[in-house]
Amino acid sequence: MIELYVLLVFMIIGAIIAIEMKDLLSAVIAVGAVGLGLSIVFLVLKAPDVAITQLVVEMLCLIILLRATLKKDLPFSTTGRWLLNTLITAGFIVVFLFVAIRAFKDLPEFGYPIMRVANIYLKEGLVKTGASNIVSSVILDFRAYDTLGETTVLFTAVIGVMAIVRRIGRKKKDEVVEEDDE
Amino acid sequence: MSKEHDKGMTLIVKVITRLTVGLILLYGIYIVLHGHISHGGGFAGGVIIALSFVNLMLAYGRDVALKKLPKSAMSFFVSAGALIFLGIALLGFSGGYFFLNFISKGEPFRLFSAGIIPLCNIAISLKVGAGLFAIFVVLVLLKFEWEKKE
Repeated sequence: MIELYVLLVFMIIGAIIAIEMKDLLSAVIAVGAVGLGLSIVFLVLKAPDVAITQLVVEMLCLIILLRATLKKDLPFSTTGRWLLNTLITAGFIVVFLFVAIRAFKDLPEFGYPIMRVANIYLKEGLVKTGASNIVSSVILDFRAYDTLGETTVLFTAVIGVMAIVRRIGRKKKDEVVEEDDE
Repeated sequence: MSKEHDKGMTLIVKVITRLTVGLILLYGIYIVLHGHISHGGGFAGGVIIALSFVNLMLAYGRDVALKKLPKSAMSFFVSAGALIFLGIALLGFSGGYFFLNFISKGEPFRLFSAGIIPLCNIAISLKVGAGLFAIFVVLVLLKFEWEKKE
């Protein structure tokens, strides 16, 4: 249990560093450290499927952040109205902490979940689906609708990115753009 | 994006990439195909497949990577993955309901078992791999107006 708290403190420190850094490269690397800590937390909590996915997606996000955005001078607005922003942020933190303390009292204890539906999956998953990886049998057999929705979301995201970022959509009114296939 | 990155990185990176990129791709395919036996699955394996192509593009420049997997092939794989997944789900109506596991379950802990789950994993990996690589390519090749004038 103690390693979990060490990792949590590490992640919180990494997140604060990522916010406070003026250098973009250091901030991106701090975000990567937070993701790595989260992946190790998943491993400690014995969820290797989620840990693999978290690690791999974190790497891809880091590469995209480094390669696609860092070389461009993106316009940032860092000045103005910091007092109002800080007050609003502090207010929301207080509200969310209050609600969270009230809500977490009713949750079951950590490590002892209420498993009414999941018990059936754990007992009959291997017999009913034939998959020895119980996570796979849940996401692709018992809860396949969720996976269908997730794939639809990803498909829509790919279409949206490719439609917005393509060159012909960003031309001016009278500008002639040759659509070279790069 | 600076100009020198169009042609890729130095010789050391190129040689190491040439040795390892096939292994990365193979590991992604392994994770996809064994998704119903051990940890992993279609999404994680697909992202690893995308990462192998990203590695190729970072090391060798965009021309080599886009020759291995052109944009038309990416569009084909993304659409094919989505349609195969939906088709498998619709084929369940032959036996009764949506997402029915209509292939025989087989023996557990074997590669050919669990009915439609490996097929769904393959479809998802095609879609995720090609789709995330397409997003990466599009975001990297994006140029703003003020960059072209330089």
